[in-house]
Amino acid sequence: MTKIRVENVSKVFGKKVAQAQDLVKQGKSKSEILKMTGATVGVYDASFEVEEGEIFVIMGLSGSGKSTLVRLLNRLIEPTAGQIYINGDDVSKMNKQQLREVRRTSVNMVFQNFGLFPHQTILKNTEYGLKVRGVPKEERKIKAEKALENAGLLDFKDQYPKQLSGGMQQRVGLARALANDSEIVLMDEAFSALDPLIRKEMQDELIELQQNMKKTIIFITHDLNEALRIGDRIAIMKDGKIIQIGTGEDILTHPADDYVRSFIEDIDRSKVLTAENIMVRPVTVNPEHDGPKVALQRMKEEQVSLVLAMSKTRELLGYITADDALRCAKEGQQKLLPCVQKEMNTVPHDLLLEEVLPIISDSPTPVAVMKDGKLAGVLIRGIVIEALAKETSEVASNE
Amino acid sequence: MNNFLDDIPQIPLAQWTNDAMDYVTDHFQGFFDQIQETTESLMVSVTDGLLFIPAIVMIILIAVLAFFATKKKFGLAIFSVLGLLFIYNQGLWEDLMNTVTLVLFASIISVVIGVPVGILMSKSKTIESIMKPILDFMQTMPGFVYLIPAVAFFGIGLVPGVFASIIFSIPPTIRFTNLGIKQVPKELIEASESFGSTGSQKLFNVELPLAKSTIMAGINQTVMLALSMVVIASMIGADGLGKKVLTAVQRADVGPGFVAGLGLVIFAIIIDRLTQSFNNKKG
Repeated sequence: MTKIRVENVSKVFGKKVAQAQDLVKQGKSKSEILKMTGATVGVYDASFEVEEGEIFVIMGLSGSGKSTLVRLLNRLIEPTAGQIYINGDDVSKMNKQQLREVRRTSVNMVFQNFGLFPHQTILKNTEYGLKVRGVPKEERKIKAEKALENAGLLDFKDQYPKQLSGGMQQRVGLARALANDSEIVLMDEAFSALDPLIRKEMQDELIELQQNMKKTIIFITHDLNEALRIGDRIAIMKDGKIIQIGTGEDILTHPADDYVRSFIEDIDRSKVLTAENIMVRPVTVNPEHDGPKVALQRMKEEQVSLVLAMSKTRELLGYITADDALRCAKEGQQKLLPCVQKEMNTVPHDLLLEEVLPIISDSPTPVAVMKDGKLAGVLIRGIVIEALAKETSEVASNE
Repeated sequence: MNNFLDDIPQIPLAQWTNDAMDYVTDHFQGFFDQIQETTESLMVSVTDGLLFIPAIVMIILIAVLAFFATKKKFGLAIFSVLGLLFIYNQGLWEDLMNTVTLVLFASIISVVIGVPVGILMSKSKTIESIMKPILDFMQTMPGFVYLIPAVAFFGIGLVPGVFASIIFSIPPTIRFTNLGIKQVPKELIEASESFGSTGSQKLFNVELPLAKSTIMAGINQTVMLALSMVVIASMIGADGLGKKVLTAVQRADVGPGFVAGLGLVIFAIIIDRLTQSFNNKKG
């Protein structure tokens, strides 16, 4: 089910809004428009849909408009144009009271610098959304304590935000949003202010939490690694425009333009690419049918020193090297079957490259990639190393 | 050659001001009399009440308050006891209580008016742009000038003194309230709004608590300014330490002038430290 639908939403700050929008249509850049009209284009013509239970990451560098875009969703910033549907209702046309109702019950937010009220205790902070909604004192205390307990922070409920570490404060920020029990959580650079170790921990927690809670999460970040780690889908923004939306793999393997390409250059591919992404088409023979001559011929054709033995039903039987085939021919075998080496390493197709690496480095032979019990492809040491070093566009062409 | 600047007739601003004043006093005299009478009688009874408490009890009460307000330190408490005993010893106790009443009324009314005005300023750019020059005007106009309309509206005595003091001392409360609310971090405002707070929920749960220490600094300034008006207000018959100073000045009598002035200084230090410590209480 589509939870959030954003249609052609734009935000221009300053005056001469219409003129600025025209200039964007003409393809002028953000800085040119600022010079010509004095207006800043925050977001231009953004459209996307977010499904229920999805983590949708909006990624971009500072000034790309990602924080503006997320604030348009709950109208902390008023959109200049476009429609925003949450659960089918057009938020952009709501009056103040309807909007408050949406904010109270459907959409909550987690902030980069935690947004905790320094003069209130952790418990009071967690209760805030419920209090604003008019939930009776006793009930909101129970709910807030439950949320804190889930976050492992119940012991700290009477402390003040300053007394907690950054990671703990952000857990409170998240608990506050979850205590309200809304379906949608907006997270604006929620982990960006945390140090790298804590950040990774929080990412893991979020993923785990998401498995239990099934919230719809819009997550803003400037860190592509973070986006790839937690995002079901990623939207990449530049100068207020969304330039690509897709899964992490889509973006790595088919970057929409040079900008995205420059982004993914620094990515640790081993953490994103799977065996399937880099495997090559195997050269196969059917040992039940083919004899050693056929095998040698295939090797010559394809210029390889090894072929995989596969049954009619594409089941993997093993592999045959050139030496095996020659020996087989000398022994006068008609069929290859007795000469097949049955010991072969296999990996599942969705195994991350980082886990493939140790397997392939220990394996004297190529590694077969299996999908649903069938042979899908083969990994050769050279290919794997190439994939780690290569431009992604070339990796893509290997498919 | 005639200076052409002299050819421009003088703008009768003084005359207009007088006319406006006359109009107001003529048409609203009953209203002003009403305020004058109620406030006067209220202030007299407060002063009477303060004087009803024996001086030694009052001194002990203030010392105890000072002791606890300064986190159980003896400094201010001891200073208060010695200072107030000195004032009593110099026969200035009744004058001091009159001054206390004047400062108290001026400060309370300033806060009651000033904080809401400051809030409005922080919420509306229009109100802010209207109020800013008015506040500048109020603060730069010499305090003596306010005595003239004060007398015209309320005659002489304590009430016009309070009126002049309020005009002179209210700007810091307004300015600091405005500033304090504007200084609340944007993220906290957004956090409050993102949970669906109404304007007043945001104001009372987030903005005012977080602006509190800034507002308190403004109130402290207001109290001190009200105190500084005491001598000026005595020119229109407001009783108190200020009147003693004024009399001494008029007679060129150095001794009593110094003593009464010292009394004012002691009182000023005590209330300054007290209001500041209320602010620091919560760190």
